[in-house]
Amino acid sequence: MTTRKPWQEMGLTDQEYDQVLAIMGREPNQVELGMFAVMWSEHCGYKSSRPLLRQFPTEGPQVIQGPGENAGVVDIGDGQALVFKIESHNHPSAIEPYQGAATGVGGIVRDIFTMGARPIAMLNSLRFGTLDEERTRYLFSGVVAGIGDYGNCLGIPTVAGEVYFHPSYRDNPLVNAMCVGLVNTSDIARAVASDVGRPLMLVGARTGRDGIHGATFASEELSEESEARRPAVQVGDPFMEKLLLEACLELIKENLVAGMQDLGAAGLTSSVAESASKGGRGVEIDVLKVPRREAGMTPYEVMLSESQERMLVVPREGAINRIQEIFGKWGLDATIIGHITDDGLFRVMEGERVAGEVPVKALTEMCPVYHRESREPEYIAEVRNYDLSRVPDTGDYNGILQSLLGLHSLASKEWVYRQYDHQVMTNTVLVPGNADAAVLRVKGTSKGVTVTVDCNSRFCYLDPYKGGMMAVCEGARNLACTGARPLAITNCLNFGNPEKPEVYWQMDQAIKGMAEAARVLNTPVVSGNVSLYNETRGGEAVLPTPVIGMVGLLPDVSQRVDMAFKVEGDVLVLLGENRDDIGGSEYLALVHGIETGVLPDIDPAQESRLIDLLLALNEGGWLHSCHDISEGGLAVCLAESCIKGDMGASVDLTGLSGRLDGLLFGEGPSRAVASTNPANLEMVRKLAAEKGVPAAVIGRVGGKRLKLEHADRVLIDQDLYELAATWQGAIRCAMS
Amino acid sequence: MRFGIIVFPGSNCDADCYHVVDKVLEQPVEYIWHKGNSVKGFDALIIPGGFSYGDYLRTGAIARFSPIMQEVMEFADKGGLVIGICNGFQILLESGLLPGAMLRNDSLQFRCGPVNLKVRTDNSAFTRCFTRNEIIKLPIAHGEGNYYCDDATLSDLIEFDQIAFTYCDKDGEENPEANPNGSKANIAGIMNRERNVLGMMPHPERFAEELLGGQDGVRVFASMLQSFKEGCR
Repeated sequence: MTTRKPWQEMGLTDQEYDQVLAIMGREPNQVELGMFAVMWSEHCGYKSSRPLLRQFPTEGPQVIQGPGENAGVVDIGDGQALVFKIESHNHPSAIEPYQGAATGVGGIVRDIFTMGARPIAMLNSLRFGTLDEERTRYLFSGVVAGIGDYGNCLGIPTVAGEVYFHPSYRDNPLVNAMCVGLVNTSDIARAVASDVGRPLMLVGARTGRDGIHGATFASEELSEESEARRPAVQVGDPFMEKLLLEACLELIKENLVAGMQDLGAAGLTSSVAESASKGGRGVEIDVLKVPRREAGMTPYEVMLSESQERMLVVPREGAINRIQEIFGKWGLDATIIGHITDDGLFRVMEGERVAGEVPVKALTEMCPVYHRESREPEYIAEVRNYDLSRVPDTGDYNGILQSLLGLHSLASKEWVYRQYDHQVMTNTVLVPGNADAAVLRVKGTSKGVTVTVDCNSRFCYLDPYKGGMMAVCEGARNLACTGARPLAITNCLNFGNPEKPEVYWQMDQAIKGMAEAARVLNTPVVSGNVSLYNETRGGEAVLPTPVIGMVGLLPDVSQRVDMAFKVEGDVLVLLGENRDDIGGSEYLALVHGIETGVLPDIDPAQESRLIDLLLALNEGGWLHSCHDISEGGLAVCLAESCIKGDMGASVDLTGLSGRLDGLLFGEGPSRAVASTNPANLEMVRKLAAEKGVPAAVIGRVGGKRLKLEHADRVLIDQDLYELAATWQGAIRCAMS
Repeated sequence: MRFGIIVFPGSNCDADCYHVVDKVLEQPVEYIWHKGNSVKGFDALIIPGGFSYGDYLRTGAIARFSPIMQEVMEFADKGGLVIGICNGFQILLESGLLPGAMLRNDSLQFRCGPVNLKVRTDNSAFTRCFTRNEIIKLPIAHGEGNYYCDDATLSDLIEFDQIAFTYCDKDGEENPEANPNGSKANIAGIMNRERNVLGMMPHPERFAEELLGGQDGVRVFASMLQSFKEGCR
């Protein structure tokens, strides 16, 4: 048996340790080594992903702050901006679902109010194994309760999200949380510490032994021993976070801070180093001054603790007293733990003793970067060569539709979102489940903000390049279906072990696809997070899951459009190119048991035309409902609009060509179904022609059944009540 | 009519109530910090929803000992209008201004969404803009809204017409299916015997504008305003 070296225990390789030796010119002590290990972890240092991330477009006239800060910022006019970011908490949630998910919410919320913004909406993107397993049900219910309890207590509405179930996530669920904040552009705060001698104040919760080496834990594969990592999972206190949130926003309002940085991954080490690094300065802090939760903590433990609900504040000159007054009002202690120096060193004192001394830039800028080996996985050729025309069209479309609506990934997520307060703050105009994206009003203006999270990970597995493009296109389409113009992206890149060439190839391809679509749609990437080493215990990577979080702007929120059919006699229009592709569809997996096939073509330029059309239609107020076609295809899209409106539809697909199962259940992108008053049909056609988007009348709204025909053959004829019962009951039944 | 909104650490519907009074009802409104010791000059008090003191110990259990609650109790004793919403209702129960207690939802889960309510009385300063037995829709959002009281208290509540709202289905049936939290007798809101203190779990401030999905909630505040105006005459 070989004994692992101390640096290996902390997650550093031998080569990386040699680099540390070269930088330090001596052997680092335990404190210093720990600081290097967390700052150079994949989670903090992005050492495998950084070269790939450079491919994203990050600029545009709407961008106020791109990647590199706590969150991205985009302009929404009237001197206002949105601050937003998505982040993963996958590994903690795999071990301790409730606290793992709760602290994921806490972390992303702090990123937003650290920028001076008031958080106005939460979203989440979740992936689990299948619900027939007891452990998955435990993880699923724990994660949902953890997200709910934390966000509900904070009084920030959780307004949108997605939940998918697939065996690849069995051991390694994905828990991605996104937060959106609203700020006056003049109030945007940044994390900088630049004036020499200025004190550093630590505020919020006391520092305990929880979460030590959380960032390192997040940067390795889960294994049998991961259970022993339970102490690396932090414990959340949403009440403390609420106090911190209100107090910090008061500081910003009174212009009292020169810099502010929350303590997240790698705790004090990271937040102090980042603040000093951006200011080009050094820092000295005394760990004895850090308020502790437990006695006898070593400098190492204090520096690496990831205790939640803490904030580092650099006061403006002369503002200390007022800052302490405000924190006092909220029952919080603000303690001066050190000050800024001019020597570029991060000096950790324990009273009079120097416990560690490391160059700041060594932690923040000298993290090694790896251009990993990339290789196309073998399965890709099989996917490419699979002959989909061999797949028989077996008919029984009624039965297939019922089965699709009962799939947990497609079924109603009411069981989830009814546990989230989605209406607090009284801004939520379109609540979860009612539209392709959530819509919030901006009080005091006529504007609306629209938000969504999207990713089809099966697509990203079968063809990461196209799948990446599709994730961006779907996000943008979802916003446009509500009438909003897509503005910008945050993303959370969940992949397996990047040291495997096949995984690295997936990352590279998916990023290239997302970048290309983001460029064409003018939706730059302004913030994001990378989560790697997501693998099952057998060493299989999870499906590549680059989740897209997107924000959009509605000029007039009263014009928003939801997905529910509303008026008997309304005409149904299929907007976009007719498609019959079945590659990568839920239908193919469910009915034929195969997850393969060439994906439908995706052209971001075509998507862009559809989005322009949707915006033009919304501007004129021509639509009564709009819903994009995604998982489950046209049939599921229609069924959902029927269920939401409690109103049936009669559809005739005779004019469309292609295989019938593909027309009904194919998941080709860049399409939506809108309902409109017959009197508006001419206008809809005219605008569609102007924008170069096909528009086919396919039926009418009415009755209490969903009926689809093709050339006098009845394909689907279902009672609305039965469709609704299946769709609404699927997850509830699995969980009771 | 001047409204005061009590703010505890952890309150999170304070701004929502403020918005409705200020922008929808168009009446003067101010926040009252929990360490304050006066409610002078206010014509009505709102104890908003949220998680006062993080719901530590028990919902509302710590808030009732806040200095301001002594003032609220005196205000109520003198006949001032006090409405407690959600966590505010829980605080009113803890402080004894209303009878009964709150338990965890019988589902053991938080519940958020619109519910149907039956207005059981229009004879109050909070419900006069409704008609008796009218069915309205308001959102709930709580983990501990399972109202409990003993049978003697329940018969008193009924006898003295103190039940303001009950959970019901769309036809007005107060059945178990329509009960989102297991509350005794489907109770969603009650008043004190003097009818000047109301506690309710649903959030009237969330359905005060059509844009947000409904306007039934604003009639609770409008009732208060109308009562005040007539009282002044």
